[in-house]
This record gives sequence, C-alpha cells and structure tokens, in this order.
Amino acid sequence: MDIVTYAGVPRFLFTDFPLGNPAGHPGRPDMQRAIVAQALRMLETATGPRTVETAPFVWHDTGDWRARYGHIDPVKIARLKAAGEERRRRQAAAKALRAAPPE
Amino acid sequence: MTGTGEPTGYMERTRLYYRALGYSPDYVWAHFDDVPFARLAQPLAQSRIAIVTTSSPGDRSNADARGVRRVWSGAVSPPPQSWVTDDLAWDKDSTHMRDRESFLPIETAQGLAAEGMFAGLTPHFHGIPTEYSHRKTTKEDAPALLSLLRDERADGVLLFPI
Repeated sequence: MDIVTYAGVPRFLFTDFPLGNPAGHPGRPDMQRAIVAQALRMLETATGPRTVETAPFVWHDTGDWRARYGHIDPVKIARLKAAGEERRRRQAAAKALRAAPPE
Repeated sequence: MTGTGEPTGYMERTRLYYRALGYSPDYVWAHFDDVPFARLAQPLAQSRIAIVTTSSPGDRSNADARGVRRVWSGAVSPPPQSWVTDDLAWDKDSTHMRDRESFLPIETAQGLAAEGMFAGLTPHFHGIPTEYSHRKTTKEDAPALLSLLRDERADGVLLFPI
C-alpha cells in the first residue's frame, strides 16, 4: 500500500495480504473472482488518478504475518551483514560482466 | 491479530532490512507528483483488457545471458503451467505461489469475460521485470510494454505486481 501510493498510480485496488497473492488467496477461486471483478469495475468507476479501493478480504491464517515479513532478528544481524557483503560482491561481479563488451 | 490493523509499512521495513545488510544510503523509491489518468474510451463490457505480471516464465527466457530481464509475453489460451517467482521479494514465510490464479488470474478473468463483464483478454499477457533502476523501468521496460499493449489494441490493463 505505502509504496504504490508513494509512487502514484491511476487506480489501485489494495489487497491486504502477504506479498505474493495480489489476486486472492491460493485455492480460493471465489475470492479471486471478486477481486478481479472489483479491479475491472475500477476501470470504469474511477474519476481521477490515485483512486484507491481496498478489497473486502482479510488474510486467513492466525499467525502474525505482518510482523514476520522482513523481520530482523537481533541475533542474526551479523549473519545478515555477511549476507549483504556476499550480495554486494555478486552484484559488483554481475555489473562488471554487463559492462564488458559482448563477445 | 491478523487481517486487521494498519497495512504493513513496507518502505520502513525495507529500509531497516537493507541497513541491517550494511547497505547505504537508503533506496529511493520512485515518486511522481503528476500521475496520468485516462477513462475507458467505451463501456467496460466492450473493452479488451490485458493482464500484466511481474513474474518470469518457467524457462526464464525473459533473461539474457547476462541475467538482465526484459519484458516478455505469454499466451492466455492455454494459460502458462509454469512460472518463476523465487527471485522476487514475496512473503515466503506466510504464503506460497503455487496457485497461478492467486497472482496471474487469467482463467478468472476469462470467466468474467464469458459472463459479459468485459469484451475479453488480449491474446497475450505480458511480464515486466521489477528493477532497482528507475531508468530501466521508465526508459526501457515501460515503453516496450506499452508497444505490446498497443499492438494488441488493449483498452485497459490490470497489473498484478508480486
């Protein structure tokens, strides 16, 4: 929600689910149908840019999915930093490869 | 509590995560003061709609030898039976992406078209890569996608970002 509204789009149907299933819960064709239909209707009903609607569904599990995503465990900070170093090394290598002339 | 409360603040969450990985400075998200808008030129029931995804095809053919991903297309009939999403930042702790219709709802949309809600899907759906580079998205990928949409005379587009 925050990233899309910050960027700015013509119409936005917000589905308040964990990232990955914007069109509805897996295995729930009834919900998927309702969400796609609501998105389609917005093509016709929106009158200006940045129109936002929220789909009338909530995530189904009882765990705290909001807190889980991107959670930084203090115990794992050293491991995260090491992973970051490895990632930067790979990215630098990939960038050097892209900069090289094609063979 | 689940399903209630404030939407997750992904910008702050992402900033903290990458700081923990040692990245500096913070990522700067795209931001537009002026947002384009167009009404449908005709009623929805007469409109042809295209679907756009940020996933990759199952054979990863949207990436070149150097790993750079490009805009790609796939047929809606039959819809794809394989896809690649493991390179994207979806919530791998809380859900899964084995049900295509939960993120690329081609058959769902076809059902609504059959009921007369809209005229039908364009022959192809399209994929656009998620990129850190604003320049690649605005200067390369978005124009390529627009060209494909115009080629198949899409009147409207539904983007399902992952």
